[in-house]
Amino acid sequence: MSQPAASALSAPSPGSVSLNVSKGRDIRRKGTQWLVFLLLRAAILIVAAALVIIVGFLVKNGISAISWDFLTEVPRNNMTEGGVWPCIVGTLLLALGAMAVALPLGVSSAIYLHEYARPGTMMRIIRLGVNNLAGVPSVVFGLFGLGLFVTVMKLGVSLAAGWLTLGALCLPVVIGTAEEALRSVPNTYREASLALGGTKWQTIWRVVLPSALPGILTGSILGVGRAAGETAAIMFTAAVFYTPKMPDSIFSDVMALPYHIYVLATAGTEIEKTRPIQYGTALVLIGLVLGMNLAAIMVRAWLQKRHAR
Amino acid sequence: MHRQTKELLIKRAFLAAAITSLAVLALIMVFLFMEGLPTFTFVSAKGFLFGLDWYPTDEARPDYGILPLITASAAVTALSSLLAIPLGVMSAVYLAEIASPRVRALAKPIIEMLASLPSVVIGFFGMVVMAPFLQELLDIPIGLNLFNASLMLAFMSVPTIASVSEDAIYAVPRELKEASLALGATHLETLLRVTLPAALSGIGTAVILGMSRAIGETMVVLMVAGGAAVLPDSLFGPVRPMPASIAAEMAEAPFRSHHYHSLFAIAMVLFLVTLFFNVLADYISHKHRQTGSASL
Repeated sequence: MSQPAASALSAPSPGSVSLNVSKGRDIRRKGTQWLVFLLLRAAILIVAAALVIIVGFLVKNGISAISWDFLTEVPRNNMTEGGVWPCIVGTLLLALGAMAVALPLGVSSAIYLHEYARPGTMMRIIRLGVNNLAGVPSVVFGLFGLGLFVTVMKLGVSLAAGWLTLGALCLPVVIGTAEEALRSVPNTYREASLALGGTKWQTIWRVVLPSALPGILTGSILGVGRAAGETAAIMFTAAVFYTPKMPDSIFSDVMALPYHIYVLATAGTEIEKTRPIQYGTALVLIGLVLGMNLAAIMVRAWLQKRHAR
Repeated sequence: MHRQTKELLIKRAFLAAAITSLAVLALIMVFLFMEGLPTFTFVSAKGFLFGLDWYPTDEARPDYGILPLITASAAVTALSSLLAIPLGVMSAVYLAEIASPRVRALAKPIIEMLASLPSVVIGFFGMVVMAPFLQELLDIPIGLNLFNASLMLAFMSVPTIASVSEDAIYAVPRELKEASLALGATHLETLLRVTLPAALSGIGTAVILGMSRAIGETMVVLMVAGGAAVLPDSLFGPVRPMPASIAAEMAEAPFRSHHYHSLFAIAMVLFLVTLFFNVLADYISHKHRQTGSASL
């Protein structure tokens, strides 16, 4: 917002200040600025180029592998032929289940942090906990899931264990986006409801949450994308190399797109032969994840436009 | 039910939900320590942390020294930070201070999409595209090495560094910049002497969070770093950072064997390192928070 004003102010004002500022020095200052800004622009271009190159390579090499059969068939012949249908199903089940775990807990946490908690030790500790949970490496989540859900709770390598592990992993993401959504609800809404005699809970349930809902929705789409791409957290808790049957209960193990890519690309004797399948699987995965992100970005842009009016 | 009692109960319920995060964090710690600490019954803490040999599957004389893994983690993190910090901070400055609203609207989603690329996909790209490319370009024996892994990790931490720094730069009060510009400073001078110093603690937090992400990142180093558990001796040598070791070996380690416990112990080290980084980031962002223009 301050941007246009700032650049207008920085416009050169030759002659208006008749101090001992030589013209040459002024040009040099401008030149340096031009050069540095060019470098900054180069940085963002490198970042954009990285995305374009990575996605570009995957699309270029993967698009030929994608067909209706690839998307809807099961892997055959030791996974050297056939499609990735069980992996797609597994990934979607894992991601949606993880959100079913993380969403209620995360939104409730955000409501506490934003609507109830007063700044103080308690809030500080909870925030520190959330921030640290966000920083825990995904492989550590995997071991935690293996130790608690797979072993102690005896869920085995299963959808349920994967949901709980991924749910814990997504919790900080959900809390962060839900809090942001709550923050965007104007305080006047709350005050109006309270002034009409509504209790705190009535205010939250009938006024705050409905206004924050689209923002929370955006956050949960991002959460599903995050969970869908996660590998290290599911490799000991939910995903297997290969299973001939589709998941039929929450205790079934599943195949998943990220793990499928990892296994095909690193293990086995047919690594070169299955390259097209690897590219195809990677393309399906980024299609899924980037598609969700684009959807979230679009929902958000639409929201901002609506708020701006 | 009495209205106030109901309100109180609801508040308690939300508090309980908010504490889940803390509980999960505590449970993670409990499980890592429960499964990791038995390691020190068959190897000393010193021998574990500073031992030079990692041969946990050797039948006759297994070795459980993780110094090569720690060094590898430190090396890939340092090298990737060298690339990611300038790129991330510069992108943030550009987005927050220079880009026109139209460029911003285009560039921000790009950074978000880079952040959302699954790590296994970046690892796959490093393996099948970057590794042969580097091999050819630099005429080196293996493309899966420290440098390649650092490069891929850098692109994973750039979005973290860029978005957190951008928020920090945005939060600098406008009066500060206006005062500087009114005194005749150019846009760049204002940026370097006023805006960036004021945003420094936020940028510091961003850098630490980015590094913490790089240390804990698993799939990239598992697929791209080369996997040799030796002390890195060159930029293009294969290495095996801590997360890669855990992910690669856990599937084969027999339940509650020495190997299994030692992998949990590595995860313990990894967890404590990232915990330290995150607490440090939190401390910096609270301690040196810019509150209004008066505190500069």
